[in-house]
Amino acid sequence: MTGFERFIDTFWNTAVLVRYAPAILQGVGVTVVLSLLIVICGIALGAGLACVRAYRVRPVSFVIVIYADVLRALPPLVLILLVFFGLPNLGIRLSAFTVLFLVLTLVLAAFAEEIVWAGITATPKGQWEAARSTGLGFTQTLGWVVLPQATRMVIPPLTNRAIAITKMTALGMVIGVPDILGQATTAQSFSANATPLTLAAVAYVLLFLPLVVFSRWLETRFSGGRA
Amino acid sequence: MTKRAQPTLEVRALHKSFGTDPVLKGIDLIVQRSEMVFVLGPSGSGKSTMLRCCNRLEEPDSGEIFVEGDRLTGPGVNLNAMRQRIGMVFQSFNLYPHLTALGNVTLALRRVQKMPRAAAADAALEALTQVGLGDRAGHYPAQLSGGQQQRVAIARALALRPTVMLFDEPTSALDPELVGDVLDVMREVKAQGMTMVVVSHEMSFAREAADRVIFMDQGRIVEQGPPAQIFDAPREDRTRAFLSRVSG
Repeated sequence: MTGFERFIDTFWNTAVLVRYAPAILQGVGVTVVLSLLIVICGIALGAGLACVRAYRVRPVSFVIVIYADVLRALPPLVLILLVFFGLPNLGIRLSAFTVLFLVLTLVLAAFAEEIVWAGITATPKGQWEAARSTGLGFTQTLGWVVLPQATRMVIPPLTNRAIAITKMTALGMVIGVPDILGQATTAQSFSANATPLTLAAVAYVLLFLPLVVFSRWLETRFSGGRA
Repeated sequence: MTKRAQPTLEVRALHKSFGTDPVLKGIDLIVQRSEMVFVLGPSGSGKSTMLRCCNRLEEPDSGEIFVEGDRLTGPGVNLNAMRQRIGMVFQSFNLYPHLTALGNVTLALRRVQKMPRAAAADAALEALTQVGLGDRAGHYPAQLSGGQQQRVAIARALALRPTVMLFDEPTSALDPELVGDVLDVMREVKAQGMTMVVVSHEMSFAREAADRVIFMDQGRIVEQGPPAQIFDAPREDRTRAFLSRVSG
């Protein structure tokens, strides 16, 4: 067996590939569902927190800032392990899927809060004044005037962050979530071959490359002036 | 019970400081119905602050403000309801960039006055037509010139049918060739009987259109009177000095 053949046999073994492709495909399903849930809930929660912070009630803002800073500082893997192996000691038993969803949603929310908050503070004061001068209340102004503009401004960084966090679903492997990487590592240990990992890599590229390209398009679209 | 004829806008003993820096040191002002009052003064004289206190975008430290006899200042005032009676036009237009001209005008009609969509659109279109921009209803602010944007901003205030309109240097951010259109619209608004308080440096417009000119300096009203008197025969030295400086 030449070196090249050995390389192919290790990373692109057709027999292994055919055998484990269905499992990886199931993993793709799990990753997609998990990612969608995390992006939707994480951004909604983050934007919600940024809005609450806009009311500038000191103790409330303080709690939000602490939350955002701590969750942005902690490596998500640490949180995942902490929650998955720690909570059962308190009698709270969550599935690996739930833990991964909760932790990554909370982490994305922390980043999204900071990003949306930056958008809110970057919206000119004159916009608030114009809206308030026509009799709109604070909440109405926030909802109808400031938030739409703030959101537009922060779509590119928000998209980038959402992609970065959803890629971290791969961390679910360490607690046994049957996502792409989880399925692949299982298959790899059964087959004693790296082909499932190659397959996982291909799956990730197919899944995330369009998103990365999309975020690049968003960036050019929204960077020139505020439309 | 009949209401006694009230001044449209009444300001009593208005004081305002920024930090330790007193900006308004007791302003008394009465504006009658359909009157156009022009406020002149050097920068830092407090004229914009005075105007912004008149819809409480700036919170007065003390003093009282009434619109048609209804109190604007003090606790328990329904500020959002009162503000609909006080239209405001800003130096920097402050149009909502994510909404069309029509959307800019309808927002408060729909969300504050709770008009149905069609009625709000009709009212907005009427206001836009009044400022000569009926055909620009679907344009976004970025697609309009500065003068057009300011006219949309006037329509936005006008559509709420306020009892008084405040203009805070409405032409200062405009290229000179666009000023005329905005002044034309203001003339038109006045002709329809609107009560207006205008902070501006457009002296010739003041001389021609104002019913009364107020000269402010260092947080006080120094002198006031008909434009001919203020411009041609000012009594106070400070007024004279200011006018000679601005006329070069």
